[in-house]
Amino acid sequence: MKRTLMGVAAAGLMAFGLSATAAEMKAIDKASTTSAVRSGFSYAISETREMQTDDIQNPSFLWVDIGEEQWGTVDGEAGKSCESCHGNAADTMANVGSTYPVWDPATKKPMNVELRINKCRAENMKAKPWKYESDELLGMTAYIKSVGRGKPIHVSLKDGDMEAWSKKGEQFYYQRRGLLDLSCAHCHEQNPGNLIRAETLSQGQTNGFPTYRLKWQKLGSLHRRFRGCNNNIRAEPYAYGSDEYLALETYLAQRGANLPVEGPSVRK
Amino acid sequence: MKVRSIFGAALGIALMAAAGTQVQAAGLVKYTVVEHPSIPESLTKGDPVRGRAAVINRQKGNCLACHSIPEIPEEQFHGEVGPVLDDVGSRMSAGEIRMRIVDPKVINPETAMPSFYKLEGLHRVAKKWQGKTILSAQEVEDVVAYMLTLKGSYSN
Ligand code: HEC
Ligand code: HEC
Repeated sequence: MKRTLMGVAAAGLMAFGLSATAAEMKAIDKASTTSAVRSGFSYAISETREMQTDDIQNPSFLWVDIGEEQWGTVDGEAGKSCESCHGNAADTMANVGSTYPVWDPATKKPMNVELRINKCRAENMKAKPWKYESDELLGMTAYIKSVGRGKPIHVSLKDGDMEAWSKKGEQFYYQRRGLLDLSCAHCHEQNPGNLIRAETLSQGQTNGFPTYRLKWQKLGSLHRRFRGCNNNIRAEPYAYGSDEYLALETYLAQRGANLPVEGPSVRK
Repeated sequence: MKVRSIFGAALGIALMAAAGTQVQAAGLVKYTVVEHPSIPESLTKGDPVRGRAAVINRQKGNCLACHSIPEIPEEQFHGEVGPVLDDVGSRMSAGEIRMRIVDPKVINPETAMPSFYKLEGLHRVAKKWQGKTILSAQEVEDVVAYMLTLKGSYSN
């Protein structure tokens, strides 16, 4: 896409996006309060929700813009951009956010959006992979999720060993850990809606990631959130992109099945 | 209530004895759990004023994370994960409160409440917290002393 064209398209998207977003968010709210499975969105206070539903106010869009810019930028020895292979992201990437992680036969692991982006960079672009939590990787992840907003999450466990990885994630979820000896379930299964000091616990669903957290003053990945929850209970966290967190991410996609993709969301 | 000192040398193991279960771990004050369950004998002498501070302190008890304590109206946010602690001092004995703080899993294996004076049986404790209990024996007794002052009817 040419510069000027992109500007026009972006302005058009924005004008359209605003009303579409409000409608989408109404749908998210409905989906997330009428079923047993609820998005973190439905536990947030109205100021935070409003910030998320307005693309102009939503600070995550600084990163979405970075992602969109990178989409058309040639990088690496193959002389390609994402766009060279995938064309218009709004068409070709619309189902990615709601269906990942998927099985990667090459690594024999579940592959999340971040890993997929870096696989394309390494193999198809011959470019250097982006680091977890870099503006580029957060931006591209946010951009790809944003074009699939509102789609219900449905991750298939049919391929490869996805089933077994999801089981591992489930074990992780129920395992007590850290000096405070708590499992994810103690907070997010037994206490959603309850205050833990100044924070209202949610179900700890993953449909909003990457998330702009007011506390971080930055967009952050799901694995950053996992590390935060581990740190809070004085447990040793795992590395970004680790097998443990990939298993957890796979399992949590099942727990949150049918929640709409919200990324990039805003949370306290 | 004293358990014969024959068992004293064993480290990190809970030993059943007629009078109760003696618990001793390296570096920790040993204590005895009797049926109820309860730890009737204090680990050391406690101070309720220091206990109140430890209950509030996020690096220490941080009990307010999970409990609302009406006697502490000056702290803005009180948690809702555990029951309101307003009259435990009139409902529970010192031994029962001590048990609840030292190792509440003896009372309820499923509880969300952390064991504030326990080192064993934990998984993946962060490196900087390894070998440390959440509260010291002194702090446990301070919190017990403070809990005993909670007898209900607070205006806030
Ligand atoms: C001591 C309590 C506690 C434990 C244990 C805990 N969390 Fe959290 N978690 C929180 C709080 C507080 C928040 C912020 C409010 C919210 O969204 O629930 C949070 C947020 C999250 C979110 C973001 C939800 C959103 O919509 O933005 C995810 C995902 C999450 N946690 C996953 C986990 C997982 C997985 C585990 C276990 C490895 C875990 N948490 C363990 C307290 C906890
Ligand atoms: C992570 C959550 C959490 C923290 C932190 C916590 N508790 Fe609890 N506490 C609970 C829960 C949940 C219960 C309910 C009983 C159960 O689960 O067995 C409870 C029960 C109690 C009871 C028994 C109350 C009754 O009416 O029977 C006392 C006393 C108590 N807690 C004191 C404390 C003190 C003192 C601290 C801090 C040093 C503390 N708790 C920290 C979760 C917590």
